[in-house]
Amino acid sequence: MVGSIEERPAPEAFLEEARTEARGRGSPGRLKIFLGASPGVGKTYAMIEEARTRQRAGVDVVVALVETHGRAETAALLGSLEQMPRRPVAYRGQWLSELDLDALLARHPQLALIDELAHSNAPGSRHPKRWQDVLEVLEAGIDVTTTLNIQHIESLNDIVARITGVRVHETVPDQVLQRADDIELIDLPPEELIKRLKEGKVYVSQQIGQALENFFGKGNLTALRELALRTAASRVDAEMLAYMQANAVKGPWPTEERLLVCINEAPVAKSLVRAGKRMAERARIPWIVVTVLTPRHETLPAGARAATMEALRLAETLGAETVTLHAESDAAAEILRYARSRNASRLVIGRPRAGGGFWWKIAGLLREPVADRLLDAARDFEVTVVTAQAKPAAQAWHAGLDLRPAWRGYAAALAAIAAATLLAWPIGAWEAVPGGAISAIYLTAVLVVGARHGLGASLVATLLGSAAYNFFYTAPYYTLAMSHPEDVVSILVFLVGAVFTGTLAGRLKAQVESMRATQRRTETLYDFARKIASANNTDDVLWAAAFHIAATLDCRSLILMPNAEGGLDQVQGHPSIEELDARAEGAARWAFERNAPAGAGTATLPTSDWLFVPLATGDRPLGVIGVRFADPGRSLDPETRRLLLAVEDQVAVVVERARLAEELADARVSAEGERLRAALLNSVSHDLRTPLVTVIGAVSALAEDDGELAAADRRDLATTALDEARRLDRYVQNLLGMTRLGHGALRLRRAPVELREIVGRVRADLARTLAGHRVAVTIPRDMPMLDVDPVLIGQALTNVVENAAKYAPLGSTITIAAAASGGQARIEVSDEGPGIPEGERERVFDLFHRAAQGDARPAGTGLGLAIVRGLVEAHGGTASAEAGPNGRGAAIVLTLPLAAPSLSEEP
Amino acid sequence: MSAPETAAPPRILVVEDDAPIRRFLRIALGSAGFATLEAERGRTGIELAATAAPDCVVLDLGLPDMDGKAVIAAIRAWSRVPILVLSVRDAEAEKIAALDAGADDYVTKPFATGELLARLRALMRGRLDRTREPAVQAIGPLTVNFASRTVTLDGREVKLTRKEYDVLALLARHPGRLIAHRQFLTTVWGAAHAEDTHYLRIAIGHIRDKLGDDAADPRFIITEPGVGYRLVEG
Repeated sequence: MVGSIEERPAPEAFLEEARTEARGRGSPGRLKIFLGASPGVGKTYAMIEEARTRQRAGVDVVVALVETHGRAETAALLGSLEQMPRRPVAYRGQWLSELDLDALLARHPQLALIDELAHSNAPGSRHPKRWQDVLEVLEAGIDVTTTLNIQHIESLNDIVARITGVRVHETVPDQVLQRADDIELIDLPPEELIKRLKEGKVYVSQQIGQALENFFGKGNLTALRELALRTAASRVDAEMLAYMQANAVKGPWPTEERLLVCINEAPVAKSLVRAGKRMAERARIPWIVVTVLTPRHETLPAGARAATMEALRLAETLGAETVTLHAESDAAAEILRYARSRNASRLVIGRPRAGGGFWWKIAGLLREPVADRLLDAARDFEVTVVTAQAKPAAQAWHAGLDLRPAWRGYAAALAAIAAATLLAWPIGAWEAVPGGAISAIYLTAVLVVGARHGLGASLVATLLGSAAYNFFYTAPYYTLAMSHPEDVVSILVFLVGAVFTGTLAGRLKAQVESMRATQRRTETLYDFARKIASANNTDDVLWAAAFHIAATLDCRSLILMPNAEGGLDQVQGHPSIEELDARAEGAARWAFERNAPAGAGTATLPTSDWLFVPLATGDRPLGVIGVRFADPGRSLDPETRRLLLAVEDQVAVVVERARLAEELADARVSAEGERLRAALLNSVSHDLRTPLVTVIGAVSALAEDDGELAAADRRDLATTALDEARRLDRYVQNLLGMTRLGHGALRLRRAPVELREIVGRVRADLARTLAGHRVAVTIPRDMPMLDVDPVLIGQALTNVVENAAKYAPLGSTITIAAAASGGQARIEVSDEGPGIPEGERERVFDLFHRAAQGDARPAGTGLGLAIVRGLVEAHGGTASAEAGPNGRGAAIVLTLPLAAPSLSEEP
Repeated sequence: MSAPETAAPPRILVVEDDAPIRRFLRIALGSAGFATLEAERGRTGIELAATAAPDCVVLDLGLPDMDGKAVIAAIRAWSRVPILVLSVRDAEAEKIAALDAGADDYVTKPFATGELLARLRALMRGRLDRTREPAVQAIGPLTVNFASRTVTLDGREVKLTRKEYDVLALLARHPGRLIAHRQFLTTVWGAAHAEDTHYLRIAIGHIRDKLGDDAADPRFIITEPGVGYRLVEG
């Protein structure tokens, strides 16, 4: 973490930016909030009245949820408006009715009335809070009006609690308030409110009910009223500011100053965050909440780490930028360096724990608290120190010192001291040894315990050691009393020495552990990068990603990708693919559709065991990553987020790469098709035309003849034309055959047939072609019959023989030989031509193989041998090219099935 | 369709790899009074052209052993024998390359026998009549007087510019024969303008206007698209 923050924007910022962009599509609905200082000021009434006005103006208004609390006036007012049925929810034997979010989204009115923005939904609802429902409704493009009391605003929560003594747990983040397009303050003088209360016109919730007298005191109401007015006013201020900025009105703008709130695991953190929010708002400057992770952090109990994360999440909810810094030792310096880099001139820190207790004081001897060092070093900063208001007893845990896992360390301390005592006993009995040697043995024991079990155990060992030393080696022996003053001194020296030794050893251990953790992370990241680099398909990459996430975050992991039907499929998981319940599936779907985290530890479906984060680089998620932490208290902390971000990027890049590769392959296939089409065109234009040249030439000579042609010549021309017309017919037949083969439309009419008959037919067809060659046929007399379609195999054999005639020199011999072996006929057609080079022997069966050679070649469609192979294979046979007999010329070898003997014997 | 009244019939060398085509050419040319020599490969074609001294060569451009253009170049190295190229349709570049290599005319496959014979005669006439070049060439109503450099149509003189006359004269010296673009341009405009086919196109346009000729229904000048022009035979 050595400083490159100045140059490098935080990854979280990118992420947030991308997501905001993604969310910004479409036009969201307008939000109007009726704000009141306390219950009973008439917010709901005002809201309904306004809705009626708008309905008369032709707006499609629906009452999604309004609580009348049995008040007749309100109910009467509602009468003319369309009301939606509520969704019943069973909860602990009771029936609660909640907002039916899906029905509202389906109904899609122009304006929806949703009362009580701060309401908490029944467990199991899609969102835990109603304001989250409202945000979803707004996102769907529906306008919403709602009501809110001042004490439910998150940043005012502390103040209201201090004023009224009642802390409400239902809060609404300030961001929702900022999101509102309109805020209408419903104001009622306190006297009037008290009067209404006495008339029973005010509904009071249970929480406040318990402190009714207290809450509705005139002083409280006045204070709350002021708070409400101030909130509304600051809102007007902010609007004015935005207007002036938008319209480039010149003014004394503050420079881009920032407020930096430093928090750690201390309980005061949340109060710090709330105080920071108020200060930033008042000063109208952006604020950052920062926490520093040091090696010590690794040794903190899970509860302490969770507290920090909770405070950070609160800060996020309140609209702060949150940052996690890393420092090896000097957290204060890191904070100041960061503050300077972000132009934050104001710091908010918590008061160092004064009088924290015995352990803290001992530790404090070695380490000055961060807050003190900050105060010392931050000379050019304005530093505000905040003290916690109340000590929440429930959250009391020892923050600074890790005394856990306690019993193992303590047992080790006890054992070490016992061992030291046993070892020291015989030495102590030896008069010549000075007392210092004994304390050195105990110090060694403390050192060993500290190095192996940390600070707490070493301190226990120190105490035990000094007691044992006192007991065994100071007079009077075997009592804890001491008679010699020098013994007191040596015990004290031992104590101080042991504390230092133990502390140092403990910190060493913490640092070593932290380094180990870092190294582990680095190793897995490196491992991951290596795996990703070597993975050549998407599956491998996803597997590597799932493994890496699981290994690094100590969790079970899943990767889900959309399938063809638009659903999400688990494509990878570590250790394996999981059974997801409906809630987890809902969270996954939500995360994918909204491109935002959902599930455990988030605002959406938090009761799910799984946390899902979108796997996205741009605005469109490729899928979602699901994690289920082994430690249920853990959630989406910055460390996790950074890791997921790194994985996301890698995976997205590789998925993109795979997609491009697929496209490339598609392009190649289409190029192949293009090449084939060009070859076909070439073939048709050249090879089909060649016979036509003769046909047209000969026939035109006959047609133009004025009786000058000799009778023999006329006949000759006519037969030539006829032969060529037949050749043309064979080509066309081949083309058609190829098409039929290609479409699988070839129907075989198998029959037992003699090869000799087929050969005879071929020779007759090719009589003129073969005129210049000798043809030798060697077929055994007892050759069994073939089980083939005689017409198609005739065509195949014609192609083979014609091919041989084309290449073999005039006057040479073409041999057609056949033999039966192993239930198959082997037919070999060999010539004495130039032969086929070994590398070409397979390729001659390719479609249009010879097309590549251009025009300069014997006529032929380049289909011949391809069709031979197609026809023969359709019969279950094979076709291959070999060297001719004695290595001379070429041989085309066909194997074909023989007819069953019984069939062969039939006539 | 009678053979020229010479002692020995003119001999035509046919270089063509397809046996049926050779066969029908032999019959057709023989009936028209020509004697044929046949070669199946380019190599044997060149040898026969050198040893048998044919009066004309009919050459297929697609040969198995070598490129047809290479055959033309080899023959042109020592002989001015007229060469008629057989080529497939739609291969203008091929035709032009063949003409540039020294071929005199071409026939597109498939062709009617009559057309081939007419082309052959036009080529042979140029060769046979080289010794006595006519002073006047008449093509129907069109007369070109080479001595006085005048052109008349139906007896009336047609006014042509010098370049136009040169173009028409080049065509008129070899009626029925293809004159390639390049040949026009280098002969009339000079070697520097061998690529400026638009000069030629404009000149031909003017000549056609003045002769009352229509490119779509030509009476005198026939366009061979992308290759050149030829004058109809008288």
